[in-house]
Amino acid sequence: MSDIQTLVPAVLGILLLAIVSFIIVVQLSNVVADFAHHRGQNYNRFFWLSFLLTPVLMWIIALFLRRAEQVDGVHSRTWKFAQWMKKIKAGTTLFLVFLVGIWSIPTVGLIITSFRAKDEATNSGWWEAVFSPFTQNWSLDAYQHVLGLGEMTSNATGMGEALINTLVVTIPATLLPILIAANAAYAFTFLEFKGKEIYFSILVGLMVVPLQAALVPILNAMKWLNKNWHIDLIGDYPGAWIVHSAFALPLAIYIFRNYMLTLPVALIEAARVDGASYYQIFWKLVVPMSMPALASFAIFQFLWVWNDYLIAFIFVGEQKPVMTYKINLLLGQYGDGWLNVTAASFLSLIVPLAVFFGLQRFFVRGLTSGSVK
Amino acid sequence: MGFLANWGIWGDLVYGVLAVLLGLVISYGLYWLLDKGLGLLPDKAQKKLRHWGFLLPAATLVIVILLYPVVQTIILSFFNASGKKFVGLENYTELFTSADFLSILLNNFLWVAIVPFFTVAIGLIFATLTNRVGPTREKIFKSLIFMPMSISFISASTIWGLIYEYVPPGRPEIGILNAVVKGNGGTPQPWLLIDDFRFNSFLLMIIVIWLQAGFSMVLLSSAIKGVPEETLEAARIDGANTLQVFFRIIMPQIRGTIMSVFVTVLILVMKIFDVVLAMTRGKYNTSVLAMEFYSRFFVDNDSGAAAAVVTILLVLIAPLMWLQIRTVKQQESLR
Repeated sequence: MSDIQTLVPAVLGILLLAIVSFIIVVQLSNVVADFAHHRGQNYNRFFWLSFLLTPVLMWIIALFLRRAEQVDGVHSRTWKFAQWMKKIKAGTTLFLVFLVGIWSIPTVGLIITSFRAKDEATNSGWWEAVFSPFTQNWSLDAYQHVLGLGEMTSNATGMGEALINTLVVTIPATLLPILIAANAAYAFTFLEFKGKEIYFSILVGLMVVPLQAALVPILNAMKWLNKNWHIDLIGDYPGAWIVHSAFALPLAIYIFRNYMLTLPVALIEAARVDGASYYQIFWKLVVPMSMPALASFAIFQFLWVWNDYLIAFIFVGEQKPVMTYKINLLLGQYGDGWLNVTAASFLSLIVPLAVFFGLQRFFVRGLTSGSVK
Repeated sequence: MGFLANWGIWGDLVYGVLAVLLGLVISYGLYWLLDKGLGLLPDKAQKKLRHWGFLLPAATLVIVILLYPVVQTIILSFFNASGKKFVGLENYTELFTSADFLSILLNNFLWVAIVPFFTVAIGLIFATLTNRVGPTREKIFKSLIFMPMSISFISASTIWGLIYEYVPPGRPEIGILNAVVKGNGGTPQPWLLIDDFRFNSFLLMIIVIWLQAGFSMVLLSSAIKGVPEETLEAARIDGANTLQVFFRIIMPQIRGTIMSVFVTVLILVMKIFDVVLAMTRGKYNTSVLAMEFYSRFFVDNDSGAAAAVVTILLVLIAPLMWLQIRTVKQQESLR
């Protein structure tokens, strides 16, 4: 009896998967049938039945397992099969496959749509292409169009330039705050000075302040600079670099300090005794040893700046449009350019996804290093 | 740098590379100069001012770009649209007497009440399940769930736009949600226009939960792994089942992480903006505070009202600020 109990999670996982995939299959068949015949009301009654079937199926399988144990004993095939399923964690795995499948549907839909020919994409759902991949007209038209390689141009063209613009905004806006924050974190970790606690508390409090709270005055100040000093920070990159850097500082300093607190103090004191200045200790000892934290924050900041819309919209704007800016423009005028939006979106995903999958290890480590021990 | 403008796209690239190099040289040089400058001072002053050699650039940026503008925003909220004339509380009375703004506050409240909770709950489910399937599978599943983290809110809106898409009657469905509804005999709906019970806002919330659940999973998963095995073993020997072990043994031990994930998502949700902008432009009763700020400032050109909206947001966030400081203080005392 107790063996049955330990098996239950594994079996339930499989069962749940079976039921849910049954529901999904029925659903998909509905969708496809509907598309094929354009019949409004003729729906599949199995859908509601599938909900009723759930408890019945569960009950049958439980009975089956109990019988296997009682009648045939633990040497029966059924019993061994169930044990094997448990060993390879089939239930949990299948359940996860199902969950992850659902989780990925949106992204898959985008990718497939962007590679379809225009007529088909506007006249059928993307899942049609999954079911009939060989009769489907695949096409790179949308990509050619948004990259400006096609004959036609529209305001969707120019994603190539936008990609470069995004890089030019992102890379300095990633490196600059790291340098500045590492210095500040060093002071907060290894130097003693008056008001340290208070300054640090203010910094922690500022981590929460939304960007919007500072925008209006910054914008006014930049306009004023332009008018009186002819320093133009709006409509170009430097404005975005400065604002991104400033808003990244509180979190960056906090994370770096957390990491630096774990560095061996003895080593630094030894260097002090040997006559190294604090400046030398920072560059020769602390920066190299803090690389893991710096790297993981770099990934964060990179993704954050890459995906940002607000700062890019305000401080860079239409002169040097970044990708999020262009996509948002396109979203406003669906209609004909609809397919272009999907291609443009996918292009904007490539770099962050590459960064993410390539540097995932650091990414996750960086996330967990800042948290409570 | 004017000549670079003629080079088109390559000019931008060269500009970018130059800027990166220049920026790094200048900022490195700045710290070097600060160090040299301090070196000239007498010993006693050096000892007192030493930390500024590392802190000055950060402090300047934070004060000029963050602290001071925030104070200015609060002051601006008492001025008129152009920011020239003092109007007292007029902006606030205008906001709080308009039904639109109250509806925005309701939306913000719903976002805050729903998104953090579900993000944590779904993250917990994912964390528990992925922790059970062995390292290789765990890695694959986790990276797939985590992947949306690297997608921008704007791109995510495109992605989900494909799901919520509505086409006029008579044409084949291209949105998967409507296709499913139709397949079961329902009538396709323009989902994002339905504001009964703020239904469309919930649809937008799903997008953010989808984006953030991976983040919550990663943090919670490592917290669960940190729970000492002996405590679990002891509970099992005492006859606790899986659910009891989870709720009575694991949950209390990862409460700190749950709270910090919850607060992080909460802060993110309070200033949510891009999703609303990209999906509905704030129409159909889906607007939130940050969106309202955007339209007041960039559409209506009313810096006073925009500043007032942000000040209200700041007031709502202030308790979180306090919470954050307190949590950090507690961590410090544990070291």
